[in-house]
Amino acid sequence: MGNVTKTSAEVELAPVSHEMTGPRGRKPRKMLSRRNIMIYGTLIVVSLYYLLPLYVMIVTSLKGMPEIRLGNIFSPPVEITFQPWVKAWAEACTGLNCDGLSRGFFNSVRILVPSVILSIAIASVNGYALANWRFKGSETFFTILIVGAFIPYQVMIYPIVIMLREVGLYGSLTGLVIVHTIFGMPILTLLFRNYFASVPQELFKAARVDGAGFWGIYFRIMVPMSLPIFVVAMILQVTGIWNDFLFGVIYTKPDLYPMTVQLNNIVNSTQGVKEYNVNMAATILTGLVPLTIYFISGKLFVRGIAAGAVKG
Amino acid sequence: MAAATGPSRWHKNISAKVAALPMITTALVVFIGGTAWTVVYSFTNSKLLPREKFVGFAQYDRLWNSSKWLISIENLAIYGAFSLVFSLLIGFLLAALLDQKIRFEDTFRTILLYPFALSFIVTGLAWQWILNPDFGVQEVVRSLGWESFAFDPLYNPEIVIYGILIAGLWQGTGLIMCLMLAGLRGIDEDIWKAAKIDGIPMWKTYIFIVIPMMRGIFITAIVLIASGIIKVYDLVVAQTGGGPGISSEVPAKYVYDAMFLSQNLGQGFAASTMMLLTVIIIVVPWAYLEFGGKRRG
Repeated sequence: MGNVTKTSAEVELAPVSHEMTGPRGRKPRKMLSRRNIMIYGTLIVVSLYYLLPLYVMIVTSLKGMPEIRLGNIFSPPVEITFQPWVKAWAEACTGLNCDGLSRGFFNSVRILVPSVILSIAIASVNGYALANWRFKGSETFFTILIVGAFIPYQVMIYPIVIMLREVGLYGSLTGLVIVHTIFGMPILTLLFRNYFASVPQELFKAARVDGAGFWGIYFRIMVPMSLPIFVVAMILQVTGIWNDFLFGVIYTKPDLYPMTVQLNNIVNSTQGVKEYNVNMAATILTGLVPLTIYFISGKLFVRGIAAGAVKG
Repeated sequence: MAAATGPSRWHKNISAKVAALPMITTALVVFIGGTAWTVVYSFTNSKLLPREKFVGFAQYDRLWNSSKWLISIENLAIYGAFSLVFSLLIGFLLAALLDQKIRFEDTFRTILLYPFALSFIVTGLAWQWILNPDFGVQEVVRSLGWESFAFDPLYNPEIVIYGILIAGLWQGTGLIMCLMLAGLRGIDEDIWKAAKIDGIPMWKTYIFIVIPMMRGIFITAIVLIASGIIKVYDLVVAQTGGGPGISSEVPAKYVYDAMFLSQNLGQGFAASTMMLLTVIIIVVPWAYLEFGGKRRG
């Protein structure tokens, strides 16, 4: 199955699964040539710069406040404390609620799971219909969808508020799930359409001859054959929805705010003494889910974002 | 590619049509309908609730006379120009370095791309802390003995947008690097060999041969960066909240504030319509270049 499933996006992505021509590896060469020192030196310095914020966040979150006031933000903690983490998770206040970031975490989970499932289900069926069951006007709708991906969200925010209010979903998690499904649709539909279009037509035709219908072919052939693209779509959606701030703050109420919104409210609240260690612990906690996905999924993540980036 | 070519009766494809209903609804109702609605209502004097009292271009007049909007536009222009240039430059340079058949390529790439997985809120808060003048970079340099050292972009209205740019670049360059790397890998090895035989120096090969060959990738990258620039909102909210004063406001924040904080819907609609107009000015020429001559289904 691997040989038939290259989409245009994946071909573009050769770096990730790059096969070199000829013998692998470098010519045996002195490691410490001037050229190598330059290349590795630059890359190491740049890498350190990219790692710096993560490092600063971690060490800050492990220090006590007195140490933060005295010391410098780059120095490792003299005395490691996990108290800021506990406080960030269970006690930090936003408004009147003082049950910490855990509330936002569980809200985000409750938003994330249905949004990911719904958006992928709908987009994959869309993509399948567009690739294999074209009907009059289907390409037009698809074009509108793709063009729509370029429209700034700000233009559509308020009409959606009105629509959701009309059906009584404004301010609810369901409403937010619908919003995520809508705005995830262009890119996911594109992803699935391109993928399904590369599945050999013979398979599709054979199934048709055998009497399989729209849903039969979708569930028995397309889905099982396309698991990798479902994983890519999932990575794309999980990180995208988890990191969302704008929709969360507009379409939910304070009790239901996702983690990013709650995090911002905790850190940027103007009341009380700033507890930088708690703030940094909270920040890391919020970044932990997408970071975990990123480090686990590795090359698939790159595939996902690049598939999203390279418009078909 | 097309499957259902032959003459098919209307009901034959009914499942596909039903299945595509969410897409059709989204395209027609939300994308077209919603956009048209906002544009139309930008000509009304809606305040707390939308109403149909049309006032011509009054909202636009007010918009372009509002110092908050003018600052937003100026910030977006500065952020956008620098973001575009530096993303492309840094992204390409890093990709070129990673393309030198080096060891630990995956490790380097993983490190350079991880910020992209983070929320803008997380990025913004991390950099807010690093750039904090009392504890962050400024204080550390001062404690090393350089007492007069000043680097407090987030508290200085003159340069606050550059403080946001630093965070934005940190988060975004990894993606551009990955795109560029994909582009570089798509270049035929023979071209490098030919250039080497002809004695063309490496930097010249990059500038005069390789980069022109990567035109498509560059266009994709530019479109990607540009659409990210216009959306910039979370980063500002997290890092400065638009401050100090209104010195780091951006259009997306102007729209949100007008609609949901100051109950001034008409202003929000007019501002978002201006954002749409900006996107059209960017995207239409690109779409024309990309798909103009060779439009196929």
